[in-house]
This record gives sequence, C-alpha cells and structure tokens, in this order.
Amino acid sequence: MSKCAELTRRDILKSGAAVTTLSLASGVTLMAFGGSDADAAGADAGKRWGLLIDASKCDANCTDCVTACKTENGWDAHGDHASPETSSAWIRKVTLKDRQTGRKVSAPVMCQHCDTPPCVDVCPTGASMKRADGIVLVDKHICIGCRYCMMACPFKARSFVHEPVHDQSVNAPRGMGTVEACTLCVHRIDKGRIPACVESCEAAGHSAILFGDLKDPDSPISKALEAYPSIALRDDLGLNPAVRYQNL
Amino acid sequence: MERTIYREIKATPSVWMVAILLGAFVGAAGLSVLTIEHHGHIITGMNNQIVWGLPHVFAIFLIVAASGALNVASIASVFGKKAYKPMSRFSALLSIALLLGGLSVLVLDLGRPDRLLIAMTSYNFTSIFAWNMILYNGFFVIVGFYLAVQMITGLSAKMVKMAGLAAFIWRLALTTGTGSIFGWLVARPGYDAAIMAPLFIVMSFAFGLAFFLLTTLVLFKLSDREFGDVLLKRMGSLLGVFVAAVLYFTAIQHLTNIYATEHAGVERFFLREGGIYTTLFWLVQVLIGGLIPMALVFLRPSRQSTIWASILVIIGGLAQVYVIVIGGQAYPLEIFPGYEVLEGFNEGMVNSYTPSLYELALGLGGVAVTLLAAGVGVKILRVLPTNLSDANVPADS
Repeated sequence: MSKCAELTRRDILKSGAAVTTLSLASGVTLMAFGGSDADAAGADAGKRWGLLIDASKCDANCTDCVTACKTENGWDAHGDHASPETSSAWIRKVTLKDRQTGRKVSAPVMCQHCDTPPCVDVCPTGASMKRADGIVLVDKHICIGCRYCMMACPFKARSFVHEPVHDQSVNAPRGMGTVEACTLCVHRIDKGRIPACVESCEAAGHSAILFGDLKDPDSPISKALEAYPSIALRDDLGLNPAVRYQNL
Repeated sequence: MERTIYREIKATPSVWMVAILLGAFVGAAGLSVLTIEHHGHIITGMNNQIVWGLPHVFAIFLIVAASGALNVASIASVFGKKAYKPMSRFSALLSIALLLGGLSVLVLDLGRPDRLLIAMTSYNFTSIFAWNMILYNGFFVIVGFYLAVQMITGLSAKMVKMAGLAAFIWRLALTTGTGSIFGWLVARPGYDAAIMAPLFIVMSFAFGLAFFLLTTLVLFKLSDREFGDVLLKRMGSLLGVFVAAVLYFTAIQHLTNIYATEHAGVERFFLREGGIYTTLFWLVQVLIGGLIPMALVFLRPSRQSTIWASILVIIGGLAQVYVIVIGGQAYPLEIFPGYEVLEGFNEGMVNSYTPSLYELALGLGGVAVTLLAAGVGVKILRVLPTNLSDANVPADS
C-alpha cells in the first residue's frame, strides 16, 4: 500500500516536472538537441567524433573559424552591454609564445569534448551531457544556470548567457541564464556534414582542422593521429579530449 | 538555581523596528533579484571568468555558519556539557535559519531560479552539488526533528542525545559537501585540495559560534534577558580555539601548496602578488579575523572582548570565503603550460571582478532572511531561555 502511494507521488512529481519543461520550452521556443533519449537516437555509440588541429597550418591573422561558428550558431548576436568578458565565446583563437624558445604559434580552442568531461560530472541536474558519439552538450531545458560546469571546465570552453538573446540561429537555440558551448555543430554532424569551423578553415585554404571519427581506424583523423605526434590540452588531467593538437 | 524556562520574546517596539529594518533588506534583495532576472546577469559584476561572485560568498558563509551554529547544541547533547544545554534549542533553530538564508541567496543567484523544481527532481549523482541538495534538505528535516524532540516534554534524554548525534554527523557531512564543491575542482589550482573539506568544517565551528553569540546577545538585549559574563567568556575561549584551528588548517593548506612547485604560482598570487586578495588574506582574514580575536579572548577575556572577537571573526570569515571563492577564480587557468599567451580570451591573466550593488543587496538579503527567520522562530516558539545569568547556568559534572 505504502509502495503504491509512493509510486503515485513520484509519478505526480515526474509529470509536474515534465509540464514545466514543456511550458518553458514553448515560452522561449527552445529546441533540445540530444536532450532526451529520443533526441539522442541519432547519436551512434560506434563513433566518437573529434578534431585534430594542426597549429603549423593555422594563420595567426585568420579568424575565419571563429566567424563561421558565430554565423552558424548565432552567438555573435549579443545585447547592448556585452563586453569581451561577458560575451559568449564558443571558439576562440589563441596566439602563444614558447617561454623558452620564443617560437610563436596560433590555434583555435573550443570545447574539447572530453571522454570523461568534468562539466558532466559536476552538473547537478544532468543538463551537461555527453552523447553516445562523444559530443558534449548542454540540455537548455534543464540547465538551471548554476555555472558549476564553468568552474569545472579546465579549458574555459563554456559561456554563460548574460543578456536576453536576439537573432538566434535555428541551429543552436540559446537562452539567457543558461550555459552554452561548442556543440561540434551537432546539427550538421547528424546530417552527415562537417562542423562550420572545419569547413571555413578548408575554404580559407589552411585546412588546419581535421574532423572525423576517432573510433574508425581507417578515418583520415585516426591515420593522422597514428602517423604524427599530437597532444591533448591539459593531458595531465587524464580527460582524454576528442580535440587534439599537432605542432603546438 | 531555578529551572531553565524557555519563553517566546515579546513584540516590543524595538523588536518591530529591527523586524522592519530586516524586512527592508529582504525587500531590497527581492528587487535586486527581479532586476537581474529582467536584464540578465550582465548588470552584476560577474563575467565568464568569475562566474561565482559576491552572492556566492554570502551564501557559502551562511551555509558554513549554519552547521557551525549547531555546535552549541551538539556540545550539550553529544558531548554532555550541561552549561550549553539551555542554549541548544536556539542553536538548532539558528542553524536552520542560517541554512535558509544561505540557500535563498544561492538559489536566487541561479541563471534560471525559476527552474528550482528541476534541480529538486532531476539529479545527477556524480555531482557534489546534487549530493548537497540532499544534504541541505536532510539538514532541515534532521535538525527540525532534533529541535522538536528537545521541545516535546516527556521524551527521554537518550532520544534527545540520539537525535543530537544524528544532527551532528549530518552537519559534518554537510560541511564536507560544501568544502568539496571546491576541493574536487581538479582543474583550478586555487581549489583542488582535499583539505578544503576539513578546512570548511573548522571554519564552520568559528563562523557559526561567532554568529550564534552575536544573535543570542542581541535577542537577549531586545527581550531584556540576562547572559552571564562567565558563560560568555567561556564561549569566547572556545571561539578562540576554533579561530586557532582555522588558522592552523589555513597554514597547512598554503604550506602544502607551496611545497609543490606546480602550485608556486597560485601561492605567490594569494600570499604576495594578488592585490586585493593578498590584502584580504593577510590583513582581514589572518590579522583582523584571526590573530586579533585570539588576542582579545585569550589575553583580555571579558564580555566586551568576546563580543568584539565575534564581530571580527565574522568579518574575517567573509574575507576568507571571498579569497577562496573569488580569488580562486581570479587566478588564471594554466591551459598552455610553458607558453606565454600573446592573444586570446583573457588567457593567462588575472581575472577582474567588481561586485555590483545588486549582488551586495542579494547577499545582505540572505543575512536578513536568516535573522528574520530566527526572530520569527523565537517569537512563536519557546526556544530562548529566560535567564542565562551565571548563577543560573548548570555546572558541568
């Protein structure tokens, strides 16, 4: 008897949560990508999508990948008060100088889509999630904006939406008060296309970013990783990122 | 010696004045929250580098103090010190009020506070945050039960002791959870230390006792009751011991880091070159909130020195939480070891943070919620003893 009552109570709670999610969704016209099992059905556990960035091919003066990402995902459209500190940055270009040798090098940095992502570990609601194919995403429906994932991310890959958003892209719905980051252009990948940053880098004639399936030993990215040395950022943390760097 | 009698406080004009003042602070916090909700966090001092700001400092201070305020009750119920027994009801009530105030700030500073229901129904059990939600809710239930068994007449002392023990263990778990929010952040050199959990526990002892002493004295003053000098000095000495323990754990925290070469940078930042954080650490946390209170209670024990020590411990405690929470974020992440970052997204530089008035109002509102809740509690419940004069305090066996 008591068990029945408990189940009923739990069911009511669950349905309450579901209604909230739906009404919030219609109010802000958010579309979840991979937010539920059904949505994530497109993700193939037999694959792990990743990037190999060759810093020697990256032009210090080129920001085409950043521009393409902004256009594709609509995160350039910020409010009136945004500053560089408060604006979103799903991808950023960094120029580095070796302290010992003086060698300079440039490369883009985005969500590293870790195999064991700290952001997913710390997220209290499960909004930070990793798809079966390794893409790390934020479910905007259940992100409460606590920003613990931003505290945990070793790469500063995540941004908090500080202001009401305008001119959103249908590819990547955004919402004030929630956290966002590079989705590896999951909407493109699910349609068999490559991420916007990779495409723009190719178009610019640099081809510094190679995209592919890390689990397929015959994919160009796997072959390149096997043939040449590469590193992961903060490899000491043992997170096994899906983004790796050559000649950094 | 008369029996300990608990009575509600009377709603005198001065009690009303204090309540109205606290209500104004709560109102200001409410307005701040609505304004932030409307415009977004852009109007606060936070940014994408310093994501937890002043509200978190207040929230964490209050949550840490909550478990510490329960100490007085634990000393009586668990460790059998009879002199603390008359204060243990209010100790339980105040700890609930402190947690309520701290959680109010934490929840209202969320990007989406309207989604609290999701936080309550959708758990990710690898998150220490999710565990904390259970620890916080459990604290309300267990300490509430503990308060109830103390107030219900006719219950055996053993039952009170068992409830007190459960609450004591739970509060240790709760503060371990709060400290681990930072201790388990492996990526940030300012955190990532197992000592965070025990450090937070000793911090809770000091902050909670200081807050308890000041609140009790104000309530006694407002309701014209007597708090004995000997008892107060005795509790002042205990506060001094707790403050010494905080300094000890703080010293170990930094010495451990200094020994590891990889952490030399962050230690140089906190202890020597961190500007406001270095000043807050040495001047406010260590000197004003540590050494001076110890000197006051140990070298010149008196009623006044205990009161001053309590005030300074709270000021120093807020500084300590500020240095941990904000200083830990201000120090840059080392994403590219061995490289100097010439161009990037605030890479490799100390991140700046200036708290806004909205955040201050929200934080102070949390303190006001705590004090209002405690005040309403002592108005409607019989938790405050009528007489704590030295002649009336039970002697320890």
